[in-house]
Amino acid sequence: MAALINVPSRAKRGDIIEIRTLTSHIMETGFRRTVDGALVPRDIITSFTCRYNGTEIFRADLFPAIAANPYLSFFTVAKESGKFEFAWIGDNGYSSTASASITVE
Amino acid sequence: MTTRPMTRRTAVLGITAAAATLARPAVLRAQSTGRVVVVGGGFGGAACARALKRAQGDLQVILIEPNAVFTSCPFSNEVIAGLRNIEAQQFDHDKLAAESVTVIGQAVTAIEPQQRSVLTADAVALPYDRLVLSPGIDFHFEALPGYDEAASEKMPHAWKAGAQTMLLRRQLEAMDDGGTVAIAIPANPSRCPPAPYERASLIAHYLKTKKPRSKVLILDAKDNFSQQRLFEKAWNELYGDMIERIGLSQGGRVTSVDPATRTIITEFGNYTPDVANVIPPQRAGHIAELAGATDATGWCPIDPVTFESKLVKNVHVIGDACLGGGIPKSASAASAQGKACAAAIVNLLAGRAPEMPRLTGVCYNTVAPGYGFSLAGNYQPKGDIFAEVEGGVTSPVDAPRELRAREAAEAERWFQTITADTFG
Repeated sequence: MAALINVPSRAKRGDIIEIRTLTSHIMETGFRRTVDGALVPRDIITSFTCRYNGTEIFRADLFPAIAANPYLSFFTVAKESGKFEFAWIGDNGYSSTASASITVE
Repeated sequence: MTTRPMTRRTAVLGITAAAATLARPAVLRAQSTGRVVVVGGGFGGAACARALKRAQGDLQVILIEPNAVFTSCPFSNEVIAGLRNIEAQQFDHDKLAAESVTVIGQAVTAIEPQQRSVLTADAVALPYDRLVLSPGIDFHFEALPGYDEAASEKMPHAWKAGAQTMLLRRQLEAMDDGGTVAIAIPANPSRCPPAPYERASLIAHYLKTKKPRSKVLILDAKDNFSQQRLFEKAWNELYGDMIERIGLSQGGRVTSVDPATRTIITEFGNYTPDVANVIPPQRAGHIAELAGATDATGWCPIDPVTFESKLVKNVHVIGDACLGGGIPKSASAASAQGKACAAAIVNLLAGRAPEMPRLTGVCYNTVAPGYGFSLAGNYQPKGDIFAEVEGGVTSPVDAPRELRAREAAEAERWFQTITADTFG
């Protein structure tokens, strides 16, 4: 499943807006063992970034204690019309992106 | 304690209550081995009142319940789907009265734990040695912006059986073929966790029979749910792709509603179904709050051996309102708790140590006429809560249809048994 993004499509200049993201990922901790005793290798998302018209406005580092399908919500100020770009990076070369646009009046 | 604003009237009544308590109870208490007031005449309260009286005939047992008729939630999904009449859900307390339980048809307006007294709407103060609260649930409207009593007339919850059950049924009957019925499901703890999925199943049955181009859309604040594999297998077998479920990690959690446009807003999308069944987040019935028995969760922490509140002495809380730990909030659990609580109170009043209860809760789901499955669990106190112990049984996922048919018939018998046991 692609990531879920919720960015208001319109906002007034100066409004504080909420951005919500959710991406599907197992977030395997690396601490669990199979019934045979073998360690299940770690497989997590390690970082998330959000850019607003090219400028990074939010970043989060993720660790094994974060549950599957990480949901992140945060706030920013609507400054100008344009694009939010989201990126998730993780173990085993995992990489995923998404974007959403906003019209600021 | 209560957060309701104290009006001049309630203040005056409060004083009257205190005065009455000082003047009257000594005589009343001396006449019998004790006096227990039970508030709430549903599966928990009625079972408790009856068990108290049967265990000790000279005990004075008072049941306070403002509704003359109790409408059962179990099997109300059948009513919604047009498979059953609402009258089959309705019970009164006449048989309890015939067994010398004093039934008072009043609302409780105040509880004075210090004076050990309950005040009813007509300003009568009822003193008690032990008070049992079985208030069920109330809705936590603040947790779902846009939703309130008025909104429930457009987007029914049907999570307290009665007029709401019939409203949802009429909305389904009025819907055109090809419509969408959305069911918004809250996170736990909530009343009867598998019931929303039973409801989705039976609504799908109604639609398949009467309006086959229609759909059921489940918007769920949970990723996993009770008896999920059994439900999903049944949906696949019976309803194909008629039921669509959007779970928590697909963005299914409902964050607000707009009753004017019948819109359901989730974390990641807006839905405008033809019928919106919004089951809001819940908390203990407000009587529990009046007694000061609720904590920050909105539910009532209890000592699992006696069901006595951890917050208010001599007040016991049973049924959906209490924090039961591993016990799902169900009619079956409420009834078992009511009886165990009665046994504990009889012992406490006699100065004996209460016995360790072992409760059984059973839950039947009917997903179509003649297709049922069940979960039964045993629970015992472990530390501060109830924990599930061995002996629980869930219906097998792979089973012949004869077993499903047998379990559907057993569900019907279970309902007859528990209602006869409680009200009959």
